[in-house]
Amino acid sequence: MASGKVIKRAKYKSSVKDPGVPGILEMMEDRFIFTPNNPKLSSSLSVQFKLIKGHKFTKEGSHKHALLNLTQDQGGSYIFEFENFSDRDVCREFVGRATTMAGEAGKTSSEPSAVTPQDEQLISTQEMERRIKLLQEDGELQKLHKQFVIGGILTEAEFWATRKKLLDRNTSSVIKQRAGFKSAMLADVKPAADGRSNRVTFNLSPEIIHQIFAEKPAVHQAFLKFVPRKMTEKDFWNKYCRAEYLHSTKNPVAAAAEAAEDEELAVFLKNDDVWASEARRKIRRVDPTLDMEADEGDDYIHLPDHGLSRDDSKDAIDSPYEEYRRSLSQVLNRHGAVVLEGRSIDVELGDTRSVAEALARSKQVELANEASDGNANQERLDRISQLAEIEDLQPPHDPPLAPLFIKDPRDYFDSQQANALKTLGDTLVETRQMKCNLSTSEAYGSLRECISEIKIAGLSDPIVKPEIAFKVFNGLTQNISSTKYHLGKNPQESVLDRLPNITKDELLHHWTSIQELLKHFWSSYPITTSYLYVKVGRLKDAMSQIYPKLQEIKESVQSDFRHQVSLLVQPMLQALDAAFAHYDADLQKRSAKGGDRTNGYV
Amino acid sequence: MKFQIEDVTVYFPYDHIYPEQYSYMVELKRSLDAKGHCLLEMPTGTGKTIALLSLITSYSLSKPSNPVKLLYCTRTVHEMEKTLAELRFLHRYQLQHLGPSARILALGLSSRKNLCINPSVVSAAENRDSVDAACRKLTASWVRSLAVENPNIPTCSLFEDYEKAGSNAVLPPGVYTLQDLRAFGREKGWCPYFLARHMVQFANVVVYSYQYLLDPKVAGIISKEMQRESVVVFDEAHNIDNVCIEALSVSVRSQTLEGATRNLNKMSHEIERFKATDAGRLRAEYNRLVEGLAQRGNLPIADTWLSNPALPDDILKEAVPGNIRRAEHFLSVLRRLVQYLKGRLQTENVEKEGPVTFVASINAQVGIDQKVLRFCYDRLHSLMMTLEITDTDEFLHIQTICDFATLVGTYTRGFSIIIEPFDERMPNIPDPVLQLSCHDASLAIKPVFERFQTVVITSGTLSPIDLYPRLLNFNPVVSRSFTMSLTRDCICPMVLTRGSDQLPVSTKYDMRTDEGVERNYGRLLLEMVSIVPDGIVCFFVSYSYMDGIVNSWNEKGILKEIMQHKLVFIETQDVVETTLALDNYRKACDCGRGAVFFSVARGKVAEGIDFDRHYGRLVIMFGVPFQYTLSRILIARLEYLRETFQIKEGDFLTFDALRQAAQCVGRVIRSKADYGMMIFADKRYSRHDKRSKLPGWILSHLRDAHLNLSTDMAMHIAREFLRKMAQPYDKSGGSGKKTLLSQEDLEKMGNGGLGEMLF
Repeated sequence: MASGKVIKRAKYKSSVKDPGVPGILEMMEDRFIFTPNNPKLSSSLSVQFKLIKGHKFTKEGSHKHALLNLTQDQGGSYIFEFENFSDRDVCREFVGRATTMAGEAGKTSSEPSAVTPQDEQLISTQEMERRIKLLQEDGELQKLHKQFVIGGILTEAEFWATRKKLLDRNTSSVIKQRAGFKSAMLADVKPAADGRSNRVTFNLSPEIIHQIFAEKPAVHQAFLKFVPRKMTEKDFWNKYCRAEYLHSTKNPVAAAAEAAEDEELAVFLKNDDVWASEARRKIRRVDPTLDMEADEGDDYIHLPDHGLSRDDSKDAIDSPYEEYRRSLSQVLNRHGAVVLEGRSIDVELGDTRSVAEALARSKQVELANEASDGNANQERLDRISQLAEIEDLQPPHDPPLAPLFIKDPRDYFDSQQANALKTLGDTLVETRQMKCNLSTSEAYGSLRECISEIKIAGLSDPIVKPEIAFKVFNGLTQNISSTKYHLGKNPQESVLDRLPNITKDELLHHWTSIQELLKHFWSSYPITTSYLYVKVGRLKDAMSQIYPKLQEIKESVQSDFRHQVSLLVQPMLQALDAAFAHYDADLQKRSAKGGDRTNGYV
Repeated sequence: MKFQIEDVTVYFPYDHIYPEQYSYMVELKRSLDAKGHCLLEMPTGTGKTIALLSLITSYSLSKPSNPVKLLYCTRTVHEMEKTLAELRFLHRYQLQHLGPSARILALGLSSRKNLCINPSVVSAAENRDSVDAACRKLTASWVRSLAVENPNIPTCSLFEDYEKAGSNAVLPPGVYTLQDLRAFGREKGWCPYFLARHMVQFANVVVYSYQYLLDPKVAGIISKEMQRESVVVFDEAHNIDNVCIEALSVSVRSQTLEGATRNLNKMSHEIERFKATDAGRLRAEYNRLVEGLAQRGNLPIADTWLSNPALPDDILKEAVPGNIRRAEHFLSVLRRLVQYLKGRLQTENVEKEGPVTFVASINAQVGIDQKVLRFCYDRLHSLMMTLEITDTDEFLHIQTICDFATLVGTYTRGFSIIIEPFDERMPNIPDPVLQLSCHDASLAIKPVFERFQTVVITSGTLSPIDLYPRLLNFNPVVSRSFTMSLTRDCICPMVLTRGSDQLPVSTKYDMRTDEGVERNYGRLLLEMVSIVPDGIVCFFVSYSYMDGIVNSWNEKGILKEIMQHKLVFIETQDVVETTLALDNYRKACDCGRGAVFFSVARGKVAEGIDFDRHYGRLVIMFGVPFQYTLSRILIARLEYLRETFQIKEGDFLTFDALRQAAQCVGRVIRSKADYGMMIFADKRYSRHDKRSKLPGWILSHLRDAHLNLSTDMAMHIAREFLRKMAQPYDKSGGSGKKTLLSQEDLEKMGNGGLGEMLF
């Protein structure tokens, strides 16, 4: 996995602001060594990866240094600055691999490597990271992992093989949810003056640039038009910032004067034509119960100069500088609109050009969608008529039902099953064994068959045999009534909550570990390879150790809980018994067959 | 549900009814029976509109021999749409229960701008006037007759097809919104505007804007033929006096005068051209004027113009005076008038005079007498027809001048002419304006009261209800104010007098720019955005104040903090932008992000946009929205009110400010299932003389403990209130007073007699 070692030039820094000591960074499988160019300045470093807990790094950006920060176990960190990002990335990957290796090495050192079915080395770092993350997040899983994998009963691979889905799900969630724009205004770049000199500084980040493009389509268009043919990106933003500064001085006359001299600057200073034309397009799609523009069209009192002049209308004096004036309210309204539209592009922020182009593309798509979208109108009208009704004068439209939404069906059904097992102790074994896998289409098919059969034949005999139903019913009522009796009035409280905490935890832990073991146990049958044979043996031993422990729990609890606990423990024991019975039967079969082994294992 | 009110079976489209809706209908029915006018105040959020519509339609269904026609006036087009949506819901219900006999024709009417579907007109024209002009260019009678000879002259195919269909061009019964009219027009290939104009005469329900009845210019052409047996409803009528006044006011600026001069030059060119080519036309016009017809008898529907700005009863039915019958003479009269007005505008001081002295001085200085002035508008109209001018939008300036002349020549009292060389607030910038302002709201509405048998004036805020009959000069047969029967305390008005630092807050002139007040207002909003879900609406006293305070919040960083909780949208003077901002505001509330909308009392948003349900859980009224008290027009009006109606200045100003404030905060409630808080943030609201002018339904929920709050106390109350409102509740009102009546309840009540009404 580790490709020998990596050697790069780097500067070692004690803090981010520190100028750093130039030198050479050498990374090996288990440690990294930093040797300064000038040995007199500082001593060299040699740190084992075992001690490194994590690493951080700076995002790639135009004006940032390529930093890599290795955090140490006991606090403290090593910061390296690289000459360029590609160097840094190589090292970063190496560190990632090396730290996970080192971490894993601690955990899996006792694991016998000979019996692994797959080559452990093939597992990618990502996979490894994900596993570690899962373990960190889920305490129970970690406990199991510790007990079985580190205890040597299961191998790492075996342990994870049954949790593929868990890993997969995690992979899909690794694709981040796309974050929208922030409500707060970024694009309203505030000039920062340092007070002493006449210099004014603007800070632009890729995020801000993206927002500027979205909120000021004229700037966006100008960027596509000018950069890089007419000016460099840097010049472009310089101009932009200059325009922003002029706006912030609130002096339309000065702005107009500047704009007259420089036609590119004028683009930023003038009102946004693109936005205005978009507004005209959008207003046609607006809810007619909000459309104030229609009023204007109906207003014969306010002919120009007709009627009384309103109080505030005098603010809007026509002036040649009008187009250089920009109000805060405009900016705010536009910002709100853009935030609501949401982020429409997928491109990594960073390269301004590609962001600009992606935005232009998404706008075209939007236009095309709008043109083809006829339903929106109907929907709007329906909404209006719905809004017109007074809600509390009539019965509610739909029965007040919330749709059932199960986030992870597997979790849900597992827990349901666990509940069923808890209450229906004695029927447990059969149900478990009879469980079989059906695809949805198969299930649907059989259901349909059943229904059509019943349709033809009528309900001659009941679906469930009466005696079985009776038994189940009895079991249920007994259990429920007895627990009810013990629990008193609180229906939310479960049996477990009444037990002392330690007992409860232990019981739960045993339950999960039995489940884990049984899962592996049953999945190993039929035994076809020697590997499985060995595994089953190991599992059997582990399971046999649980019996006394369960007994211990039963004895340790107070007498009034003993019955409850034994009720809880019973299904576990039954499940284990069934496994042992199967094991013994299988062993007998195997020995009866005697020596004619074809697969070549003992 | 279906129930009896005396002899009328009312079809009401819901299973339940609020008791106040029922009483509202009873009162309304009485005034319909009495064929008199009525004045009804009912709180917002109690379903006024549907109660009104269902009673009047049911009333007219119960009297099939003599059905009443309903003219429903709304202030805005979007309210028109809402009303029609409710009517459609009602109509569907009535059809279900009565079958085809319940069929009615109901339609909304608006300008060409909102109804035109001719792509070449719609795409080319920006505003109403240019759409009107573009339409005339295609449909004027002379254009069409030319087009018959010369196929290259463009006409509007939609209009031609509509004309061809002749009497077959009718709308089938149903409820038509503007959108539906356009869709129908597209389907049939008929012009929806002219179709709607035509169908208005036959419709059972017409929904249109106030101006179509109140402004003589528009009413003269649209509402001329409405029969007396109509019921006129002015909904949301708390501002009706202002609409009346504006309908009869004109202002003239120097730009208007310059434009008018240009118009005159162009017209004289045209006259020269006609003299050379078609002198007969001018002579024909002269002859017609000699016969005394200022207007040609029956104009084709496409040629109609905005009619005379004076009220129909005041228009002279005489021959046009001899000295303006000739086109050149009339132009020179207008030139002299424009010249005179230019001279008056150059004054250094504010001048104020009555129409009589003004007319006298015109006569003395440029020799135009009163009668000539009165005929100006009609004479201009006739001339423009003769000259076949279609681009009417360019001739608006001279039209304004003639409006002014006609009004000033017609009325001797109730008006004043005010000339201001500059705006009071910006004395350095010369901006001369000459305003003819009407002070008497009763003038414009008088013909409506006289023509129609029942006029209903209704709104959520008509307090004090005895003031309106005085302002509008009429005698209502019914005048009632209803309270709101609440299932739970779903509104929570509060008066906030102090900020978080316990210092008083106010928008009083000397305090409004105070840093501390601005900061306290900002902190209030900031605290509120962090606890109130979904939408919050803020009203400010004026655009300039809003601009100022928002900028100051921006500089202080308060705005940024607010935006971390909710998006911010602002009403601007640009309607397109405001509309989009509102649309986005709703989107933000729908998607759960939450938003704040900054708006202006007396602005367009405050006038007609609802912030019901999650679109408004809290409204904050920053300050008391007094009018700008130094305005000359306002001073003149106050003087007139005191002299004529003995209404004190202070009383009127407070009344006016508080009705605006009540209107603003009332927008948050739509039904009793809805809930919302209202914060009046100004120390002046705690004074009894101000507060007591609020409508009763707000006052009854304003607890004494909520009269003098600071920000932290308001926060506490808001938290409690929101928590309480989030609980489920019994809609029917539990054991005590019933707040929701079913059909059985009503039947029981009917048996027991109406005497024991529930409140």
